[in-house]
Amino acid sequence: MSVKTAGGRVIVRKRRTAAERAKSAVWHAAMLAVLAIVLYPLLWVITASLKGNTDIITDTSLWPKAITWEHFANAFDGLAGIPLWRFFWNSTLIAALSVVGVVVSCSMTAYALGRLRFPGRSAMLGVVIATLLLPGQVMLIPQYLIFSELEVTNTYVPLVIGKFLALESFFVFLYIQFLRGIPRELDQAAKIDGAGHFRIFFSILLPLLRPAVVTSSIFTFIWSWNDFLGPLIYLYDMEKFPLPRLLQSYSNTEGVTNWGGMMAMTLLSLVPVVLFFLVFQKFLIRGIATSGVKG
Amino acid sequence: MIPWIIGTAVLTVGPMAWSLYLSFTDYHLIRGGEWIGLQNYTAIFDDPMFYRTVRVTLLYVLIAVPVKLVASLLVAILLSQHRRGMGFYRAAFYMPSLIAMSVGVALIWKALFSNGGVQDGIMSSFGWEGGGFLGNPSVSILMLVLLAVWSFGAPMVIFLAGLMQVPQELYEAADVDGAGRWSKFVRITLPMLSPVIFFNVLMETVGAFQLFGPAYIIGGESGAPAWSTLFYTVRIYTLAFTDFRMGYASAYAWLLVLAVGLVTVIMFRAAKRLVFYAGEDR
Repeated sequence: MSVKTAGGRVIVRKRRTAAERAKSAVWHAAMLAVLAIVLYPLLWVITASLKGNTDIITDTSLWPKAITWEHFANAFDGLAGIPLWRFFWNSTLIAALSVVGVVVSCSMTAYALGRLRFPGRSAMLGVVIATLLLPGQVMLIPQYLIFSELEVTNTYVPLVIGKFLALESFFVFLYIQFLRGIPRELDQAAKIDGAGHFRIFFSILLPLLRPAVVTSSIFTFIWSWNDFLGPLIYLYDMEKFPLPRLLQSYSNTEGVTNWGGMMAMTLLSLVPVVLFFLVFQKFLIRGIATSGVKG
Repeated sequence: MIPWIIGTAVLTVGPMAWSLYLSFTDYHLIRGGEWIGLQNYTAIFDDPMFYRTVRVTLLYVLIAVPVKLVASLLVAILLSQHRRGMGFYRAAFYMPSLIAMSVGVALIWKALFSNGGVQDGIMSSFGWEGGGFLGNPSVSILMLVLLAVWSFGAPMVIFLAGLMQVPQELYEAADVDGAGRWSKFVRITLPMLSPVIFFNVLMETVGAFQLFGPAYIIGGESGAPAWSTLFYTVRIYTLAFTDFRMGYASAYAWLLVLAVGLVTVIMFRAAKRLVFYAGEDR
């Protein structure tokens, strides 16, 4: 250690990088441990859907002893003679309608609340924020009574109407947050040039709001895809069921004996969400980081 | 554009007022009903099911929220220390929170926690004799707690964003003063992060009170086994849409609103003393 040559310095530097490398290895090991716990249930279900029905539940390993594709064949047969693609189509339709509704109505409401000045504006902003915290259960019963009075139960209207009326406060809030980042001078310049509200909104603000549009679309799609309570209350024809209702019905009938079919069906129902996430994860994570919207 | 807002207000405030009115009636979906004053509320407090649901829900809130938030904060701190691979891990940890509340994952959970299942198999080898959590009323609620903890990625991402905004100069100044890791964490990280912590605690608590889907799939309408997963919202659902006792269910729902409102107010009060806003932020 008494050697103070250039070589000594090299040794010291090497030692530091070795320590850093060790630290980095420990860090990655910790992260991989968390990752293993997080991904285990999903990996398990993938292999479970390939295992024979007898050892699905009891087999903890992630490697099937013998691979079988019959569960997927079962899953594609759907339930009660209705093929699986039909339920996928229903889920997709509801989700697509929801996305259109949220993007159009929430962005416009946010424009009104965030940019215009009119009496009662701050009170309305307060209502939007209060409904963020309000338990939705309290509105469930009156809304059901309204929709059954209008004779639209067992249709998709109750599931998507709230999205078209900007009742999704999370997204109104998200758009307001994004609007705050866009300089007001832009709308003022447009106003001087004679643009009306619609012109300002569609030609200037909406293009700039694109990240918010993408984020809210993805979240709406995923939440709608996962929504169970709405379809549980409003839909009773199996032909109209989206996937979560199908899974629930299947688990109460076929799935009691056919775990493999159920796991295969479950896996298939999760695939679109996971794919969506993989494609759009940057937008999603930026979105929650700026607005606090929850998954 | 203003009609949109009026629509919003009417379709939110209207049903709320109607629901409040219903809670003072014995409205039944088929038989109709009339004004009975506070009778629903007095009946609730004599209802043994009410106390069961409150117990289950509070137990869940009190365990799941702290465990989930501590886990998410720990992982967020770990993640923030290292740049390489951070994006990958952040995305991978976040992903479960997108699907955790779905029916599909609840069914996977049922498989993992049934008798002879993965959890039973692993714990049995350590001498556990309680079987799968799914059939054991004294631990079945842990399935839902673990499901909540599994979705720690959502608050984690928010914590991470908060951690990134803590000015590095504070840590450098503390280094000059010779502060240790722990005191840097307690005196810099926690205060600077407190607005984010407050936000996460509030949102997770309010969300936990309203857990429905997974509880319904795992425990059914009766909260099997032995009411141990009978969450408050499941009870509201069953009363309203299986028993059609909508007046009584509305009273249940309003008690939930009052409880959540009270918790929110208490938290905001506490936040005034505990939350530190740096500089001109707010």
